[in-house]
Amino acid sequence: MKKLLILLFCLLPVFSHAGEAQDMAADPVLEKRMIGLAEKLRCLVCQNESLASSHAELAQDLRREVRDQMAQGKDDQEILDYLVARYGDFVLYEPPVKSYTLLLWFGPFALLLIGGGLLYYQLRKRRQTVQESVLTPEAQKRAESLLGEEESK
Amino acid sequence: MMRFTMPLVIFLVLAAFLFVGLGLNPREVPSPLIDKPAPAFNLPQLHDTAKRFSPEEMKGKVWMLNVWASWCVSCKEEHPVLMSLAQQNIVPIYGLDYKDKREDGLRWLAMGGDPYTLSAMDSDGRIGIDYGVYGVPETYVIDKQGIIRYKQIGPVTHQSLRETILPLVAELQKK
Repeated sequence: MKKLLILLFCLLPVFSHAGEAQDMAADPVLEKRMIGLAEKLRCLVCQNESLASSHAELAQDLRREVRDQMAQGKDDQEILDYLVARYGDFVLYEPPVKSYTLLLWFGPFALLLIGGGLLYYQLRKRRQTVQESVLTPEAQKRAESLLGEEESK
Repeated sequence: MMRFTMPLVIFLVLAAFLFVGLGLNPREVPSPLIDKPAPAFNLPQLHDTAKRFSPEEMKGKVWMLNVWASWCVSCKEEHPVLMSLAQQNIVPIYGLDYKDKREDGLRWLAMGGDPYTLSAMDSDGRIGIDYGVYGVPETYVIDKQGIIRYKQIGPVTHQSLRETILPLVAELQKK
């Protein structure tokens, strides 16, 4: 009896498999297209996962919806519009350029410009102070003679 | 002096941004449906599947659509609040039983009480998607013209009723 049980448990992995691709469409090309699009979309339940990789029930439903709409012949943009109309720009991993996302998109470049400007300004200021301290010929001579004395000691 | 003020200023600005960020709730995604017409549907009613419900019928009334499910844990927390709101007879609450089995939904209402004028069955969750539902419970306040005016994500609380929902309902009912 025990042996039989062990045998059954050993066979268990053969019959069980990971549920990654449970809800596959019959058409592999369509499925690939769906996954490609879903990777650009955020799952709203587990927000750091894409719609393609999420196991949340809502993600499964949304994948089904995307798959159905693709089967109906809708293009990717139409499907994205459909989802954005319901869940907002938040579903897109790449936020669209809009008035309130300008800072997000161009803020880093503005910071880079400001940083570059400050660096340029500082370097110029430093060069000026260095140039200002250039010695007059007399002072130069004096310094040399003083240093010479120092060396001869 | 400048040496220390600049880093300090930068630090303070950063700290202020991060502090504000700590208080924000990333689970509350602003709904694009606010100020848009409530999506139409026509679903069987939970108690009497021969009858159907459509938001069309609610034109001319301010009402609340509450998305719930028997499997939803936070709905337990919300339920007494809805029960007390229903008893006050201020605003009709309609339920959308989201991705639920009919028996489970009926049992849930039989046990905890039924605050809803009626509940519609969204068994496969398609209407939920139309309403941008992603975390049950969610509640919509819909005005007389059928426009969504407010969406509560997560359970309705006595505080959110008092501070946001009921004042809004009163204002919408006056219009």
